[in-house]
Amino acid sequence: MSDIKPRDAAAVAAAYEAEAADVHGDVSVDELALSAELTGADASATASDDVAAYALRLGDDALILSQRLGWWISRAPELEEDMALGNIALDLLGHARSLLHYAGTASGRSEDDLAYWRDEHEFRCAWLFEQPNGDFAHTIARGLIAATWMQELYTALSQSTDATLAAIAAKAVKEVAYHRDHAVQWTLRLAGGTDESRRRMLVALADLWPYTDELFRDDALHDRLEGVAPRPSSLRAGFDEVWDAVLAEAGIVESDFVHPRIGQSSGGGRHGNHSTHLGPMLAEMQVLARRHPGATW
Amino acid sequence: MSTPGDVAGEGWPLYEVFVRANRGLSHVHVGSLHAPDDDMALRNARDLYTRRNEGVSVWVVRSSAITTSDPDQKGAFFESPAGKNYRHAKYYEKSAEVPHL
Repeated sequence: MSDIKPRDAAAVAAAYEAEAADVHGDVSVDELALSAELTGADASATASDDVAAYALRLGDDALILSQRLGWWISRAPELEEDMALGNIALDLLGHARSLLHYAGTASGRSEDDLAYWRDEHEFRCAWLFEQPNGDFAHTIARGLIAATWMQELYTALSQSTDATLAAIAAKAVKEVAYHRDHAVQWTLRLAGGTDESRRRMLVALADLWPYTDELFRDDALHDRLEGVAPRPSSLRAGFDEVWDAVLAEAGIVESDFVHPRIGQSSGGGRHGNHSTHLGPMLAEMQVLARRHPGATW
Repeated sequence: MSTPGDVAGEGWPLYEVFVRANRGLSHVHVGSLHAPDDDMALRNARDLYTRRNEGVSVWVVRSSAITTSDPDQKGAFFESPAGKNYRHAKYYEKSAEVPHL
């Protein structure tokens, strides 16, 4: 206050007020700066039909896996694991919202329109994500394949020439890195735990592994999206490197879980042909929105 | 003397969690959790206690590794400073530039 002239009553009062406001600065939760719920370079960006089709695939992968993981809430073996799986489900739901919002801009549909008002044949998720939770080992094996693939995918997609996809991927890659770590930690512990935990881990890997190849199949959409979307086949080398390292650390060799007579699934999820597991899950996920259209709480 | 978390029959051991909110601040005890081992304890701490950008650093330690003072001995432990005002540095001016003294 040294720059205030003596007897300048108004200035003194103003300075006191300013100081008082500073000292007693109110803290209000309303003023908490929340980050944007939807990620994207520009909320008004509109996707082309091809970009929307691509975003729909990835958005459905995240949405369906999120819904699956949500089942564990209140059912996980320990409270701490309940939180871990719930956190992962919420991360994935965030990815799904951003991707479905962007996909919907091409056809004037909202993220909720896409999540709740499409039927089974209109979903574009790969079969891996719709597989049942099974036991804890199945959930971990599914999560390990999913997160290892997503890590490669989002790392590549963050370099996309499409600014919105690049921004979504850049945020997601940090989150899926944690999802992968979670799955790796549990894979190591189940594989190296008791005879029973190892047996279950191997059964789970045997059951989920056939849904891996579908994630790496190129099709005509990727030809049209050169530079926008990485070719799925280009992600395989990075995936295999991580996968092999995890198995080596877990003391698992491929012949422990890959059965010579069980090949890879033909998995037509990208074209709307789904396993028998998706329909019942969608019925549960969509019933509220369809029974009470426009309901809010 | 009892040790926190030293309860027979619990599946996973108990850990105490310490979170540092910012550079320059200390790690502060925020709570406890169960975990199968040290590595998972750190991850569980991240999931349970840093959900709203609370921290830049997390410590976990097995509760059984902590030795506590004995509540029955708190007179001998904590009431001795009474009347020893000369132990308080009350005759110094606090420097305005040091917010977290």
